[in-house]
Order: sequence, then C-alpha cells, then structure tokens
Amino acid sequence: MQAKMQAPRSTVSGRAATRSRVATTKVVCRALNSMESAHVEELKKTAAYISQKGKGILASDESNATTGKRLESVGVENTEDNRRAWRELLYTAPGLGQYISGAIMFEETLYQKARDGRQFVDILQAQGIYPGIKVDTGLQILPGGKGETTTQGLDGLADRVKAYRKQGARFAKWRAVVKIGEAGCPSTTAVLENAHGLARYAQICQEHGLVPIVEPEVTLGPGDYSIEETAFWSERVYSHVMRLLNEYGVVLEGILLKPNMCLPGLDAPVASPKLVAEVTTRTMMRSIPPAVPGIHFLSGGMSEEESTLNLQALNEACPEAPWALTFSYGRALQSSTLKTWAGKQSNWDAAQDILLKLAKANSQASTGSFKGPHPVPGGGRILQALRTGGAGK
Amino acid sequence: MGQYISGVIMFKETLYQTTKAGRPFVEVLAEQGILAGIKVDEGLEPLAGAADGETHTKGLESLEANCREYVRAGAKFAKWRATLKVTDTLPSRLAVERNADELAQYARICQNCGLVPVVEPEILIDGNHSQERFGQVTEQVIGATVAALWRHGVELEGCLLKPQMVIPGAEAEGGKASAADVARCTVAALRRVVPPAIPGVMFLSGGQTEEEATINLDAVNREAQAVGRCPWSLSFSFGRALQASVLKLWSSDQTRVAEAQQLALALARVNSEAALGRYTASSGSHPSTLGSATLHETFRGWNGQSAGNGTAQ
Repeated sequence: MQAKMQAPRSTVSGRAATRSRVATTKVVCRALNSMESAHVEELKKTAAYISQKGKGILASDESNATTGKRLESVGVENTEDNRRAWRELLYTAPGLGQYISGAIMFEETLYQKARDGRQFVDILQAQGIYPGIKVDTGLQILPGGKGETTTQGLDGLADRVKAYRKQGARFAKWRAVVKIGEAGCPSTTAVLENAHGLARYAQICQEHGLVPIVEPEVTLGPGDYSIEETAFWSERVYSHVMRLLNEYGVVLEGILLKPNMCLPGLDAPVASPKLVAEVTTRTMMRSIPPAVPGIHFLSGGMSEEESTLNLQALNEACPEAPWALTFSYGRALQSSTLKTWAGKQSNWDAAQDILLKLAKANSQASTGSFKGPHPVPGGGRILQALRTGGAGK
Repeated sequence: MGQYISGVIMFKETLYQTTKAGRPFVEVLAEQGILAGIKVDEGLEPLAGAADGETHTKGLESLEANCREYVRAGAKFAKWRATLKVTDTLPSRLAVERNADELAQYARICQNCGLVPVVEPEILIDGNHSQERFGQVTEQVIGATVAALWRHGVELEGCLLKPQMVIPGAEAEGGKASAADVARCTVAALRRVVPPAIPGVMFLSGGQTEEEATINLDAVNREAQAVGRCPWSLSFSFGRALQASVLKLWSSDQTRVAEAQQLALALARVNSEAALGRYTASSGSHPSTLGSATLHETFRGWNGQSAGNGTAQ
C-alpha cells in the first residue's frame, strides 16, 4: 500500500523539533486540558452543537475579491451593498436552521445588517445557526518555485478573535492548502509550515473562546494522480496536523475538522461515490481520533450533485463513524443559488428555495438518508484558482 | 480457555516448548483458538542524553531475522515493550520520540514478516504524580507513537496498542483512584489520540491487583459505552493479573493442577466479562486469592542492570 509510493518520507523533524529543543524540558503547557481556560466547556458544547447529526455548515466567507468574481459572473457589480444583499438572501432563507448549524462569514459580513436593520449575527442566531468567522488573511507563495503556499494571519490574531467573539462569532476558520500532483509536492516545508499555522491558530482561538475549524485542504488540482495518492498525502498532512494539535494542547473535543474528500486529480477519471467513500473513510479512520466531534468536508471543486452523492456514500460506508461525517460547503450550496438570483429582487424567493433544497439534500446525505433526485443534477465541477498575495481583502 | 483468551504472549524459550506428551505449546493453543504471540524485544537500556532512569528498548538489529524464525515456529503476533518514566518534567522529549520511533520500526518490521505487532508504550506508575499528570503524559506518548507509526508506514488496521490505564502514581497523595475516575480519564485520553483504525486497545495491568484490574477494565468499558464513539475494542493483555493467584496456588503444591487451572479459567472469565462491560460481582467474589496485595513489583523500568534473560516482562 504505502510502500508503492515513491515520495520520500521524512520525520517530524526540522522546525517542530528545533523549537522544542529550545524550550525547557518542562511539560508543554496543558492549561487547556486541565480546564484552566474558562472557555473549554463552552467550546465543547459549541463544537457538539455545530456537528450535531443532520446538520452542516454553510461556508459563506469568501473574501471581497472572491465574492466579487462570483457576483460579476452573474452580472452583479461588486459593491459592499451587493455583497450584503447576497448574504442577506442566504441567511434569511426561511427554515435554513433545520439543515445548517453554522455559517462562516468574512470579516465585513460579520458586522453587516439586513435591510431591516437587524444584525446578520442576530438573524443567524434566531435561525439556530452559529455565526463563524474566517480569520486567516490569505495564502502566500512559499519559496521553491512549486506554487506551494502557506497561510497567513497569526499576527494580532488573539485580539481579532476577542473582537469577533464580542460581535457574536462562536467559531472560526483557517484554510491551509497543500498542493499535490506535481513532482516534489508536497514538500516537507509545506507540510510542516501549514500544520504549524493550523495548530497555532487553533490554540489561539481556543484560548480566547472560538471553536477553531481546522482546515487542511489537500487541494483538488490538475494532474492524473490517483485517489490512492491523494489518500497517502492526506494521511501525511493529517498526521502532522494531529501531532501538532496534540503538542500545542488543543482540546480536540472543541475543534471541528474541515478536510478534503479523497479524489483523483482533475485529469484522471472521476471516481465513483463508492470509491471516494471507501478511500476517504479509510483515511479518516487512520488519522482522526474520535475526540474530534465533527468532520465537515469541504466541497472543493466538486459539483453540487457530486458533493451530495459523495457525502451520502460516506455515511453509507461508515454508519458507525465516531465523528459526524458532514459538510462545510460553499460553492456546493451557493453556485446555483447565485445563478438563480442573478441580482434580481424578483428571483429572491426562487433563489432561497434552491438554497433550502440544496441544504436539505446535504443534511439528508449527512445521515445517510439522501435518496434523490438531486435539486441540481448534472452540474459540472466548480473550480476556482488559488488566490494568493495575502491580506484577504 | 479459548472462550476468553484470543492470544498468549510467550518468551522465546516457551514458543519452542512442548507438553509432557510432546505436543508443541503453539499447537495446543491453536486448538483452543488461541494465537501464539512472541515477545521480541531484548530489554531496556539507559537512554544516552536523557534523564536518569529514562530508557529505550533493545532488539531492532536482530529483529527481522528473529521474526522470520518465529513465524516459522507458528507465531502470529509479537510484542515489544518500551517504558517511560513520569515526573513533573519527564518523560523528556528525547525519551518520547526515541521510544515512539523504536516502537514504530519494530511494528513495521513485524508487519513485513507477517506478525501483528502489539505496540506497548508502558508509562510506569512508579512515582508520586497525579492521575491528571498521568493522563497528560498518556496523550503525549500515545500521540507521538501514533505519529511514528504513520511515518514508518505501519498499517494501523493490523496492529494493537497495549497502554496503561490512566491511574495515579504508586506513591501519589490520595492513594488509588476510584474505578469511575480511572474509566473517565482513560477513555478521555484514548479518544484524543487513538485513531479508529486501530482495532484493539489491550490494557496492561501493571501495578493493579487482580481484582482492581478487572473492576477497572469493566468500568472503562461501561464508560466507553456511555460516552459512545469509542470505536476500538477495550480489552486486556494481562500477565500478573491472570497469573498471580494461580502461581501461588500451584507453587504451594504442584499436584493441584486441576484446581489451578480452574482458578486460571475463572480469572480469564471475569476479565472477559469486564472487556464487555458486563462484570458483575460484589466485593469478595472475584476469583483472586491475593486480596489487596498489590501486584506492583519493584520498579519495572531500568534498575541499573542488564536485562539478561527474562527480567523484563
């Protein structure tokens, strides 16, 4: 199995080991585990709520620039008010809280209001949806010429977390991206650097009262690499991430994981939901301890239908999973919704209706009870290029 | 015995021994549905650069050749014991990483040879550390071990973990912990660091009395059922806790074989029940004849002498 892989293995050496050699031989501070953090019980409850059976997360935290691209694709100008209106459409969809337990927002959105003056955070809470906040400030290219990235946002993070919590956020999200499919990818640097960023971010969030969604995305990209290769690198990345979370005293009962499903490269034949489920559950079983309450898969470039069918297959393959197997979907909940709205008030209800149907389908899939038909069948992959340059705007 | 025991770990000499009638032990066990296991480590050694009393385990150099031999003799699984000492500041990072790495190398070699590795990072109970401290160290050590297993390409579905339950140190203030506390701390720690792919967690009994080991194992299973989401089997790999009373009886009069066997069976049975969370006994009815005499032998870690033959477990 793993012996077939030619990729070199390396030990968790380098940065992590060096850092701790400098530290004293005293035990790593386990203040969080020993319940000194005032927030630990609340963090556990929040994580349990968000990962409850039958619900998932709406990822609506696109930066202003990315949101702009989406809006422009349906002929809507990228203004603050249009961004606000688009999110209002999403958050006020009646009954959304039956299927959605958390909504991730971009900073601008966290402070925005609906037309009638109500704060988005209040609208969401009234729906039983916890507000979340994207806290990373974007990707930056790593040296090495392979297009690998690190994620920025640790500086000043503690203060931002406190402010966001004050505004009503209950959880946070940080997206690390690991590229595979090209010779030399992922490099050890990329794996260690991204794992460190995630662990440190998670530690800071918990210290100041936000449940961190830990998102190590092994990204779906060009190339004809196999699903087994994705699984191999995913295991490697998750192993490092879990190791560092352990080292940094992050309370696993108070986090959520947002990983990729295991898929072959874009230039390889699409894998069936059954195969995706088999390989992905095996990867999770090997890497994620049961204390993590919820695994919320990202939709990456999967079509809306693919995202639902794969999630359904996952739950069929692993009905006794020790963590919730659910979703944190962005494009897979928004793509058709946006196209239906296209900026026109007259399309508002129809757009909300599509969103609810998509949310319901994925809610069913997360309990293994989606029977079809899918509300938006036959859609193609919804790909977007990696945005780098940092300081998410 | 095969109703309650699925594997027996043997020392090298024993693997090749036979009954008086000449039947190999391996065969006798197989007939009962019991798989033969073999201890493959060669004892502890002080770890250079680490603190006083910290060790690593010897045996990697000859491991592959030995494993192939043991497979030929009928062994199906192996065991390797690492030990870690606990204080406020120990185990040191060096001890944790070195022992984790050795366990992983051992596990990989075993799998290459067709033996299931039992991975035993024993955190010693000697000391006055609290149960909470023990839990922290448990998470640290098992977390490091699991990461090392991945690095060495060990297939988790084909190995077993043999940890200590989370209990206070032997000289801790406040004495022993209740079964409920042991269960709560143990289950919480394991859920944080043991991936579901590992099929079984087989607790060692080091330092507990025969009765304590059963009661604690039972409590752990009940807690796991109550908490849910504990996907691995929570069972036992007991030495002293299955043998001490039996040895005492038989060594007092070697003709009392049948009686000794009945006692051995009874001990196995109650632990089998405990492994399902179904042990029910009011105090006094556990088959152990040693009462509260602890099975805690003197320090099972490094005592300054070479391991020789069989001084390590």
